Amino acid sequence: MPDARTLAGRPVAFRGGGFAPRPVGPLGPAVFIVVIGLWELGSQIGWITPLILPAPSEAFAALAYLVETGEIWLHLEASVSRLVIGWSAGMILGVAVGFSIGLFSIARSGLVPVVAALFPIPKIALLPLFIVWFGIGEGSKIATILFGTFFPTVIATYGGVDNVDRNLIRMGQSFGLSWLSIVRKIVLPGALPAILSGTRISASIAIILLVAAEMIGAEYGIGAYVLLAGNLAATDQLIAGVAMLSVLGLVVSWLIGRAERYFLRWRS
Amino acid sequence: MDLQIDGLNHRYGDMPVLDGIDLRIESGRIVCLIGPSGCGKSTLLRLIGGLEQPTDGAIRQVGEPPEGCLNPLTYIFQDFALLPWRTARGNISLVLEDHGLSERETGRIVDDVLARTDLSEFGNAFPRQLSGGMKQRVAIARALAVNPAVFLMDEPLSALDGQTRALLMDDLIGLWTREPFTAVYVTHNLQEAVRLGHKIVVLSRRPGRIRDQVAIDMPLEDRSDAVAELAQIQRRLWEMLREEAQAADRELADA
Repeated sequence: MPDARTLAGRPVAFRGGGFAPRPVGPLGPAVFIVVIGLWELGSQIGWITPLILPAPSEAFAALAYLVETGEIWLHLEASVSRLVIGWSAGMILGVAVGFSIGLFSIARSGLVPVVAALFPIPKIALLPLFIVWFGIGEGSKIATILFGTFFPTVIATYGGVDNVDRNLIRMGQSFGLSWLSIVRKIVLPGALPAILSGTRISASIAIILLVAAEMIGAEYGIGAYVLLAGNLAATDQLIAGVAMLSVLGLVVSWLIGRAERYFLRWRS
Repeated sequence: MDLQIDGLNHRYGDMPVLDGIDLRIESGRIVCLIGPSGCGKSTLLRLIGGLEQPTDGAIRQVGEPPEGCLNPLTYIFQDFALLPWRTARGNISLVLEDHGLSERETGRIVDDVLARTDLSEFGNAFPRQLSGGMKQRVAIARALAVNPAVFLMDEPLSALDGQTRALLMDDLIGLWTREPFTAVYVTHNLQEAVRLGHKIVVLSRRPGRIRDQVAIDMPLEDRSDAVAELAQIQRRLWEMLREEAQAADRELADA
């Protein structure tokens, strides 16, 4: 015989939900503050000896000194200009080659194996060769960044071109659009999401190579500053330099985010 | 402008898809192509519009396209084929940009076709903001913009839900009654075919041959009230198709 509870009915237990992580506003900055705070605390009460890791305040003082003497601008100017020139040249060439691989059979069969063979070579290993070819000055540094960003851009671009909806291209052809119009108005915007996500990868590679290249024969530049600090065992300056690199990376990624939001505003 | 198809054969590698198609598409009338799935009706449409080259046979344009025609053979696709990065206006002007029209002329044409498809207030909307039915209306407006001689419609209503389909069907009939156009309309939906077709061409299963051609003389605008008569024609078509569809359904895809 049914008891009273069965007659009243039991609520259906909720078993959905979850699997949808959302950003929790201030948590990101909070983690930074807590980690740096604990680090500072550890240094102050002597858990962390300054020889192994300087206190954040010391690194900050080194940074403040750099600003005070104005030397920071020399380093930043040298690094940023190398980064901008090398990266944009690598991007332009990479997008051009990526498009030709994506559009022409001859370029595809001729260049894809070359790209596959050269992409995995750490470009730092080629730096001595670049110094022989382009001199110890700016040429070799820019060439390293250029080659490092070129290959991932090529791969991202032709992957993007391959993924453009063929129906849209057929549509363009069915309305009698010229070849150039189809490439400009259908293929390029269709490949843009892939190209822009390729820039994120190539930008990080560019920063890594920038520092490596600046560690050989550069007077100014963040890499040169970090190397000198390391040689002098000035760990506070070293951390200050690393912090500058981190900020540089954040700024670049923010800029790419802005570019994505502008160019891909047609997406939801 | 009429289209004349003579002795058309088409094969993919060793597999024949279309076999001996002879067909006349007359100006100002709508020809519906029906057939079991995989019978090559969409292939035939791509051949008619020059998106594919027939293995054998000829497709000819007879007579001159209408004045001001920018693209005689114009498709309306099942998946709409709208550029997601362009607004409705941008998608329509896309197909005008290569013709060296002045900005004012382009604007006039775009305004006109938007008005004719009842889209005037949605000109600046992106495709993602529009429902399926509205997207297909934009695609129809885009096709109207080039003033085609023949519309080539590849299951234009198949991606839409039933209610939207009914609304768009009324729109198409309205467009035709106001200004008769020529169209080849591919569908697997017999109801659409009897509602819209002046001539219904039944294709057999692969390799597609013309099994029968059924002419319906009743004017399009009278058809919404002639349910019984249309149902009878529909039944006849289904009897023809049934066997073919059954056999096609049991075929292996890669056989």
